[in-house]
Amino acid sequence: MIKRILGTETEFGIATRHSGALDPVSTSLLLINQYPYLPSTRVLWDYEHENPLLDVRGFEVEGERERPGPEYNRLLNKVLANGGRLYVDGAHPEYSTPECTHPRDVVIYEKAGDRILRQCCEQAARMKEPSHLVLYRNNTDGKGNSYGYHENYLVDRSVPFETLMKQLIPFFVTRQIYAGSGKVGAENRMPPAPYQISQRADFFETLVDLNTMVKRPIFNTRDEPHADSAKYRRLHVIVGDANMAEYSTYLKVGALAVVLTMIEEKGPLPEIELDDPVRSIKEVSRDIGLKLPIRLSDGRKYTAIEIQRFYLEAAHRFFEQSEADPGTQEVLMKWGSVLDRLEEDPMQLSRELDWVIKLELIRSYMEKKKCGWDDSRLAMMDLQYHDLRTEKGLYAALEKDHYVDRITTDREIEEAEQNPPTDTRAYFRGTCLKKFPKEVYAASWSSILFDLGNATIKKVPLMEPLRGTQSLTRSLLESARSIEEVLSRLSM
Amino acid sequence: MSKQEHKADRKKEAGKKEEEAAAGSKSAEKGKKIKDDLDKLMDKIDDVLEKNAEEFVKNYIQKGGE
Repeated sequence: MIKRILGTETEFGIATRHSGALDPVSTSLLLINQYPYLPSTRVLWDYEHENPLLDVRGFEVEGERERPGPEYNRLLNKVLANGGRLYVDGAHPEYSTPECTHPRDVVIYEKAGDRILRQCCEQAARMKEPSHLVLYRNNTDGKGNSYGYHENYLVDRSVPFETLMKQLIPFFVTRQIYAGSGKVGAENRMPPAPYQISQRADFFETLVDLNTMVKRPIFNTRDEPHADSAKYRRLHVIVGDANMAEYSTYLKVGALAVVLTMIEEKGPLPEIELDDPVRSIKEVSRDIGLKLPIRLSDGRKYTAIEIQRFYLEAAHRFFEQSEADPGTQEVLMKWGSVLDRLEEDPMQLSRELDWVIKLELIRSYMEKKKCGWDDSRLAMMDLQYHDLRTEKGLYAALEKDHYVDRITTDREIEEAEQNPPTDTRAYFRGTCLKKFPKEVYAASWSSILFDLGNATIKKVPLMEPLRGTQSLTRSLLESARSIEEVLSRLSM
Repeated sequence: MSKQEHKADRKKEAGKKEEEAAAGSKSAEKGKKIKDDLDKLMDKIDDVLEKNAEEFVKNYIQKGGE
């Protein structure tokens, strides 16, 4: 795969199973502070380079930047041995994967995050005054409140944001046909539907903006690369669903990574401009037969499958010339196979794609129970599909009994809980934390700070995410006997 | 086409038919297995599904996030 920095953030839905519960912020704090396998509980999150108010359109929005004091900082943030971050954002527990370069690794590290949160829940249930918490990897409570799942792709700064926007909006509107998680019903005052492909489509009300919480835009303009900003920009994608199915996550991240490479390399891309993307995203979500024509601004009409095919065909042409590496070939192959089968009959994907797996499950249940879409057990199934508990989650049950196809192994997921990816700066972050847990004072995506005693804090900037890899730093980190030695050899 | 080739073709054809028949009964078997599995799965879902579905869904309210 062409080296590109990839990573995702997942906000989890959280519920308590007992009365007299705390508010969701306190519950989320309680939860993340139960994780037993942190290398150090003292590490601060370094907010110095964080600025989510910077807009790619070249201005900074007014607003309060987050700067918690040290004790609260530690309560809010857990820097993980795998280089990822466990934290509380708003009223939800959230997990960020470490920086990866391959979509398959994103799947593995997302699943490792689920494992981490599951252990937090189990610990909370073992406390003296037990808390029985339930987490959902989904995006809505079904009552008009949505919480996010964000993807991040590091992109060459020289690509103008207008180009990204123009090329990606038709892609974002249509990729839900393989990346949607499925949903029973409609919300946010949108047209009724018994079942939708996407959890999130109902919440997108505008085309372009910096906002993520209200009036959500299809194209988000947060310009915070967490890296050298002269070299990189960050594509912050807020329009996706959190997936349970490994194929859905893999294709969601993999296909977009391929398209971004074509945009960066100025490869030929489909000339498509949708007439009304905000409307179309909801119509596609309601079109479970995948036959609905979407109107383009020049009057042409194509289905979501056809639009996705234009991108795929462009990718085939592009990579024919430049010879695709095995990682890219694998993405193109799976992408093509999924589109072919979606076209023939979407229900063929009932082992691979979330929205189809969930739909098939619900339809079988309806048939058996002779019930209609208004039966509340179906809304319960929708929610419980995303339940992280292995004994209660419906996706978990399907996985356990081999009803769904996987691309990872349990072993890989288990290893990813405590080990960072080897091919990004996450390796340096995670390995330092494990080897020098007492000396790490603070960390962020783009820095790590060491406490050398005598009130001396030394900061190592990590502005290049493709450095700090295993091949560059392993021998140094393995042979060094102290953090001072690491630092002195780094500065040589 | 020589006689021999013809014969070989017929033989191939017969073999194909047998294969198809075998595949047919196999797919019927597979169909039955899927159905049985599905019945089992639906029973399992009944076991696992939160009992007071309506109440549970009603009470699941989140603060918007992001």
